[in-house]
Amino acid sequence: MINFSYTVWILLIPIFMFLLLGLLGMKFKPLLSGVLGTLGLGVVMVLSYFAAYQYFFELPRLNDTYQQIVAANYTWLRFSDALQIKMGVFIDPISVMMLVVVSTVSFMVNLYSIGYMKGEKGFQRFFAFLSLFTFSMLGLVVATNIFQMYVFWELVGVSSFLLIGFYYERPSAVAASKKAFIVTRFADLGFLIGILLLSFYTKTFDFLSLTGPQGIEITRNLTQTFMGMSVATWALLLIFMGGAGKSAMFPLHIWLPDAMEGPTPVSALIHAATMVVAGVFLVARLFPLYSFAAPDALTVVSYVGGFTSLFAAVIACTQFDIKRVLAFSTLSQIGYMMLALGVSGYGGEKGLGYMASMFHLFTHAMFKALLFLGAGSIIHAVHSNYMYDMGGLRKYLKITHWTFLIACLTIAGLFPLSGFWSKDEILVAAYNHNKLLFWIEYLVAGLTAFYMFRLYFRVFWNKEPHYHHTPHESPLVMTIPLMFLALASIFAGFLPFSHMVSSDRLPFATETNLTVAIPSVAIGLLGILIAFLLYKKDNNTVEKIVKGLGGVYKTIYNKFYIDEVYLFVTKKIIFNLISRPVAWFDRHVVDGTMNGIAGITVLTSRKIKGSQSGQLQHYAFFFVLGAIVFALIFIYLW
Amino acid sequence: MERYGIPLDHFLIVSTIMFFIGIYGFIVRKNLITMLMSIELILNSVNINFVAFNSYLFPENMHGYFFALIVVAIAAAEASVAIALIINIYRRFSNIEVENIDEMKY
Repeated sequence: MINFSYTVWILLIPIFMFLLLGLLGMKFKPLLSGVLGTLGLGVVMVLSYFAAYQYFFELPRLNDTYQQIVAANYTWLRFSDALQIKMGVFIDPISVMMLVVVSTVSFMVNLYSIGYMKGEKGFQRFFAFLSLFTFSMLGLVVATNIFQMYVFWELVGVSSFLLIGFYYERPSAVAASKKAFIVTRFADLGFLIGILLLSFYTKTFDFLSLTGPQGIEITRNLTQTFMGMSVATWALLLIFMGGAGKSAMFPLHIWLPDAMEGPTPVSALIHAATMVVAGVFLVARLFPLYSFAAPDALTVVSYVGGFTSLFAAVIACTQFDIKRVLAFSTLSQIGYMMLALGVSGYGGEKGLGYMASMFHLFTHAMFKALLFLGAGSIIHAVHSNYMYDMGGLRKYLKITHWTFLIACLTIAGLFPLSGFWSKDEILVAAYNHNKLLFWIEYLVAGLTAFYMFRLYFRVFWNKEPHYHHTPHESPLVMTIPLMFLALASIFAGFLPFSHMVSSDRLPFATETNLTVAIPSVAIGLLGILIAFLLYKKDNNTVEKIVKGLGGVYKTIYNKFYIDEVYLFVTKKIIFNLISRPVAWFDRHVVDGTMNGIAGITVLTSRKIKGSQSGQLQHYAFFFVLGAIVFALIFIYLW
Repeated sequence: MERYGIPLDHFLIVSTIMFFIGIYGFIVRKNLITMLMSIELILNSVNINFVAFNSYLFPENMHGYFFALIVVAIAAAEASVAIALIINIYRRFSNIEVENIDEMKY
């Protein structure tokens, strides 16, 4: 038996770094704090890799199944013997995989930020927050119980808030950070209610017992219903609501595009690779429950995922801010993952969707982080987020160009890059389960290839705008992460993923389904071809198409006016019909009562204070009089 | 109930008279020393009650006597504090008329 208790350090090092940099950061030179933060995460990364190696290759399997290990568990809050909240480290295939993903991307982003954030105000603060985020995210993925997950879930929300609002002098950044926090917090309300419902019936927070046979049995046999749905379905749907908020699923997606106000490395780390997939991870973590106790909830997951992936891909085709294109692409890819979970069954071949989802999560983290870091490198060079300020950059940014191209090809799903393998598994899973969603995903695959190469050709080819100064390649500290992630994007697909991660932790073999794979590559190539024709050279075909589409284009460009709908609902309906009356009631009735009591007291005391003469004997006289009156009352009237 | 040839009521009447004399003196006399003496009267009227009740109602116990002793001791302590205060008041106002001490009001 291998002792995994050292994995506690994976959590302790980042929180220590956060405290060190947060409290003493201003005393250090900026560069030193950056290097310290990066080194800390480097150690975390090495530990995570070591843990993954030990877990997958050295730990003996029980009946060929990967074991679930609670490496550490401390009682954090103790209310009674039955109700205790623990904090610990839970090790199973998906948490180990997430450890690798989070620590890798986090390390790369830290390294990259040393170059990207150079000379910015609050450099130390930035690294402190990055460490805080990494701590929270790692704590989330290794949570032993659903309550620990919730605590860390909120912590990543806070770190995200802090980092989106990093440029707190910019009103738009402040607004974006508030929006992100409020929207996800609103979704977390559902998550909390779901947790309470679930644990009320199963009497446990522990993942091990929740998703074990007993927890499934209890949850499945709940007979209570509410509004036509069983309690289990309600609980799991509410938990999914929390996941949908964090993973920005429609209709809670509105915060993610705005979150791009944060520094680009933050977008890469939090809003592309790690935090936003927390929702997927949550569903995957509770997957046995979803699968056995609430298949209806799983159907909802698949349709929400499918719809979001299409919806976001369509919007991504029209945006000009390169970070927003990538944000919508992230939405779309997370939609893929959700859909894969939704269409998955439990165990072996039937659990293909589960494995595909985790696989896509893994590869997506690599290539999406690469895309964002590449975008950061572009923005660093031209000081603009907008496509029309870019063009012909391939001559100036050689490394960025090549790594970006690799990432684009990967996300387009071209053989044999990692995106192809994971997306293929998702398509096969959808094909076996739900033909409608399968065709939607085909369409999305084409759209993905189109909008990514629209971005690629607009930025790196096309007509050169007038640059104020010649764009120059980023320093090595920024390009090394790019190159590393490019390698990961290329080769991650060759991992024997189904032998490591599966719904019942039992390795199984997958084979490429050529009838699915060949058309998917073809549709990807078609998307690339269209983008090539439209955007390789500067021409007016695009404008003609846009004019032809008219109102449709405008609607898509404005993101289907979802933000406006939200504003209308909140400002016009909620504020006017609920908030204002409540405010009036508070100001006039609640405050009025209190002020009234105080006013009456003041008035009365003003009237009677004259009777206080200062003459001791007056007081004594009244005292005796009072005593006599009371005595008479008690003697004669009682 | 009669003991020593004197009924209990007599003791109570004496103590009541003393009590109200004390109250009267406390309210009417202006001199602080006299007021202090009035308080002593009140306390001692209570002492009479204690002793009388004890010997008439519970002759086998001594609680009432000891209570009376405690009251005497407390009265002595209180008198010393009061006289110290009076001396201070005299230093400040050059007299000990209670009417002059009326600064502590609203």
